[in-house]
Amino acid sequence: MTLPGPPANVRRTRVVIIGAGPAGVTAAATLARHGVTPIVIDEAAKPGGQIYRQPPDGAARPPREIYGFDAAKATRIHGLFKDLQSAAKIDYRSQTLVWNITRNEQRFRLDLLHNGVQATLDADKIILATGAVDRALPFPGWVLPGVFTLGAAQIALKSQGVAIGRRVALIGAGPLLPLLVNQYLAVGIKPVAALDVAPFIAKLRAFGGLAAQPATLLKGAYYTARAAALGCAITSNVRSIRALGDSRVTGLAYATADGKTHEIACDGIAASFGLRSESQLADLAGCRFEFDNASRQWQPLRDRVGRSSVSGVYIAGDGAAIGGADVAELAGEQAALALLDDGGTPTSVERRHTLDRALRRQSRFRRALESAYPFPAHLVANIPDGLIICRCEGITAGQLRDSIARRHPTDVNRLKAFSRLGMGRCQGRMCGHVGAELLAAHAGCGIVEAGRLRAQPPIKPIPLTSALATEVSS
Amino acid sequence: MTAQFKQNQQTHGAALLVRIKPRTSALVRFTIDGRPATAHIGDTILTALLLNQAHVRDFEFGGSQRAGFCLMGACQDCWVRLRSGPRVRACTALIEETMAICTEGRAV
Ligand SMILES: Cc1cc2nc3c(=O)[nH]c(=O)nc-3n(C[C@H](O)[C@H](O)[C@H](O)COP(=O)(O)OP(=O)(O)OC[C@H]3O[C@@H](n4cnc5c(N)ncnc54)[C@H](O)[C@@H]3O)c2cc1C
Ligand code: FES
Repeated sequence: MTLPGPPANVRRTRVVIIGAGPAGVTAAATLARHGVTPIVIDEAAKPGGQIYRQPPDGAARPPREIYGFDAAKATRIHGLFKDLQSAAKIDYRSQTLVWNITRNEQRFRLDLLHNGVQATLDADKIILATGAVDRALPFPGWVLPGVFTLGAAQIALKSQGVAIGRRVALIGAGPLLPLLVNQYLAVGIKPVAALDVAPFIAKLRAFGGLAAQPATLLKGAYYTARAAALGCAITSNVRSIRALGDSRVTGLAYATADGKTHEIACDGIAASFGLRSESQLADLAGCRFEFDNASRQWQPLRDRVGRSSVSGVYIAGDGAAIGGADVAELAGEQAALALLDDGGTPTSVERRHTLDRALRRQSRFRRALESAYPFPAHLVANIPDGLIICRCEGITAGQLRDSIARRHPTDVNRLKAFSRLGMGRCQGRMCGHVGAELLAAHAGCGIVEAGRLRAQPPIKPIPLTSALATEVSS
Repeated sequence: MTAQFKQNQQTHGAALLVRIKPRTSALVRFTIDGRPATAHIGDTILTALLLNQAHVRDFEFGGSQRAGFCLMGACQDCWVRLRSGPRVRACTALIEETMAICTEGRAV
């Protein structure tokens, strides 16, 4: 079916925001305030994104129970979005996946999937606010039932009111770990282990920079202290981890900095090591990327206000660089103001300066946070050959090393062609960065030379049957 | 149902997930590989499965089983087949009355 649009000369600029987390919501509100009605697309059923994720109907609980300290912020973001919706200031498309973006002369074409039906949508300008996913790293036993990411352990609580076990071990390298320990304590589950793979000394050294956001620093310190007070102190500088069990997790073995190994019984493990930006759509839109050493990941290039290297594409929030929810809110507004400015709509210079100052303060904090939780290189340095790296197809480290030794791939995309790493359903989200680490280590090249897996449409699986029904609106 | 539930637990292992609070929403009856099971409105298919047993699906590249990983639609490690035909991502799709879920064999 083709929905006829108005003739091009009278057509208004169509702005599409992808993502309804804090970045997408504030971007939408900013555009709406300036008389622009954006289309807001999100794969999830309800707005809020990761941190302010809303449970499905039937699983609702009071905001204070779900979001803790962040309840007021969550309620504000949800309320803001609801107001925009009821005033028809936005066109919200929930449960809609954007699985491809192509450039079409001066416009962009988005491929969508909603309820198993495909559609395309043309856009003049796009704000990408696609957020992040947990950075997974493989360890022995990580594919066993009962091993999840930290984010998953939180989503289980927030969105489903379920815990990942009764005896739960939590492992991380970032601020999500102390938060999650507290969230599990709050529902009456005392984690049997809370392990941080970053050294404690790194946190002490980063203290000065962390003080740039005293409230956030305090919250983190509070979570850590409270966990310890309740008998669940976080062990720093953990050197290696291994999930034990045959058909499901029954225990965890880990080594501490003093060279001792420990074994505990548990029925659930949550482990992930920071976050990675969901930047596949930026890649497909043609945006340039650069490698960020501090967070050890590729990021789409953008200027101070969120313009990508492609005219008409703006990027905000965790999808651009990991910054957390408060940064996402500020950056969403800033990108929307830049978009308006570029289109000739007057915006407040004063407000733009305020945002700029706030974001600069935040970025000092972020840099400090990154040095407090450096990339746990020791976890990928000694990956045994038998370990599965690709969860989708069961490709092992040994198979990858073999491909590297025999065929000398020059970058991770060649390694993909030779080994299938990153060709599975997750499109390399869980393994692409690990493949690059293995390649760099084995070939003796730098991680930058190992490159990044290029995004391929569809960025998430689309059922074959959905190709049958196609709707077009332009 | 209780007897059936006990039998499910014996043959398919106890649940992987734990409810932190009883759910008051309506009960949903569905089946796992033909065996009757229950969940509540608002549960995802993954929650519904993992409150009844310890896996979501067979892993198609080996003799093992998987139980999801990210719970946010990123890892794609939780696709299951419905007996009615479609394949669904268990961590993002909600359980519905009379759903017949197949956890065996290749899902995608
Ligand atoms: C599992 C998890 C838990 C987290 N918990 C916390 C926490 O408790 N506290 C904290 O401070 N930070 C947390 N974070 C960090 C968090 O990402 C940020 O604080 C904040 O949510 C970032 O906001 P955002 O708007 O940039 O992105 P998000 O909030 O992640 O929102 C992005 C949105 O884009 C949508 N989307 C992405 N790609 C597509 C696509 N292709 N098509 C359609 N829709 C798409 C997603 O469905 C999502 O709703 C968490 C992150 C993760 C991954
Ligand atoms: S558990 Fe990762 S996609 Fe469902």
